[in-house]
Amino acid sequence: MCLAVPGKVVAIDDSADPLTGLVDFGGVQKQACLEYVSDVRVGEYVIVHVGFALQRLDEESALASLKLFEELGLLEEEFGDAWEQAEKEAGTA
Amino acid sequence: MKYIDEFNDPELARRLLDEIRATATRPWALMEVCGGQTHSIIRHGIDQLLPEQVELIHGPGCPVCVTPLEVIDKALEIASRPGVIFCSFGDMLRVPGTDRDLFRVKGEGGDVRVVYSPLDALELARRNPDREVVFFAIGFETTAPANAMAVHQARRLGLSNFSLLVSHVRVPPAVEAIMTAPECRVQGFLAAGHVCSVMGMAEYPELAERFRVPMVVTGFEPLDILEGIRRAVRQLERGEHRVENAYPRAVREEGNPAAVRMIEEVFEVTDRSWRGIGRIPASGWRLTDAFRAYDAEHRFDVGGIRTEEPAECRAGEVLQGLIKPTECAAFGTTCTPRTPLGATMVSSEGACAAYYLYRRMNAPAPQAGGGAQQEEVAPVA
Repeated sequence: MCLAVPGKVVAIDDSADPLTGLVDFGGVQKQACLEYVSDVRVGEYVIVHVGFALQRLDEESALASLKLFEELGLLEEEFGDAWEQAEKEAGTA
Repeated sequence: MKYIDEFNDPELARRLLDEIRATATRPWALMEVCGGQTHSIIRHGIDQLLPEQVELIHGPGCPVCVTPLEVIDKALEIASRPGVIFCSFGDMLRVPGTDRDLFRVKGEGGDVRVVYSPLDALELARRNPDREVVFFAIGFETTAPANAMAVHQARRLGLSNFSLLVSHVRVPPAVEAIMTAPECRVQGFLAAGHVCSVMGMAEYPELAERFRVPMVVTGFEPLDILEGIRRAVRQLERGEHRVENAYPRAVREEGNPAAVRMIEEVFEVTDRSWRGIGRIPASGWRLTDAFRAYDAEHRFDVGGIRTEEPAECRAGEVLQGLIKPTECAAFGTTCTPRTPLGATMVSSEGACAAYYLYRRMNAPAPQAGGGAQQEEVAPVA
């Protein structure tokens, strides 16, 4: 959960309170709170931690991080099924 | 060179390592604070690639690992109550309490749910007005803005069935506790990049000056870590002790002021116990009086639960950088990811889990992209 994942803002809901947007993490799309980077625009990259964008990031760095996270299986860990993972760890799956 | 070909830029990694090797003329011990950095270091064998003069000591920067046993027991008690929906991040599910974990509580009929964000828990509270929804609010400064926003929104929406079980911790007092411990060997810090993304760097110059240690704000990708080490070693060799930002693409000097404002509105600094380490003054946050109604400890009257760590588990010493995981007799024998004694063997950011998964002793080179399947390997005895 400490992982902060870069993603691309693909849509912003200006009417949402707190400000919310759709962020694409290398193919996985999730809603994220944009209130702490409230002047972000569609197409920009942000670092998202537990559903909150915390800072902007340039595209080159974001894409490099995403590629690495995918290779390491960290995206699956972040966005996959936590119960399935816990069952596997417990040896009950 | 071991493992280096799996770096995202092996050539740059070689150059950084060559420079570290050329710079280090004496032994230096650096502590990486962030559990994500620990995971990356062990996963990529960075500690083994470094010249022998440069030692990495793993710090207490895994939020799951430092959540005290008594708070886990409080979580288990609340999650077992009828009418409660207990929400947590996934990596808390198998952290052992005194006699069970959240995974077991769910098996026994408790309504335990994994959420991606605290706002998901808030939404559950909105949709289930007849249930008490409790969110397990653990984490460092990185997670605090999210949890602060959740409780702020709960009050704004008038949701009276939402509360937080708060176990927030702060990095700077932990640095101070590490540096003032009599057995401390740390001479420089790789400061946690994403913590600084939120809080900025203002808290660090005083620590660097007082303890005369370089503090290099560092990301957690392999090349970020090598660059952080390179800068810290360069300072040490020159007799300097400054704060440097080696992660400027994500960290600004001032951090994220909007996030800090929200944290300060909802939380106030308090003493906190760290699992295996003990009480550190001013090392955590709790809800302010204005938000006390959203404190699950009071709402469910679990303030009196007090528990002791199992004597066999040496996670506390691992978290303080006093021993390596493999120096614990339980490591890989009575303590494995399937039967963890302590949280450091559970969390993917825990040092013991990283050592277990990526094998330091007689270690075969890890396969690229092989993070998830490593657990099938037999334990190191």
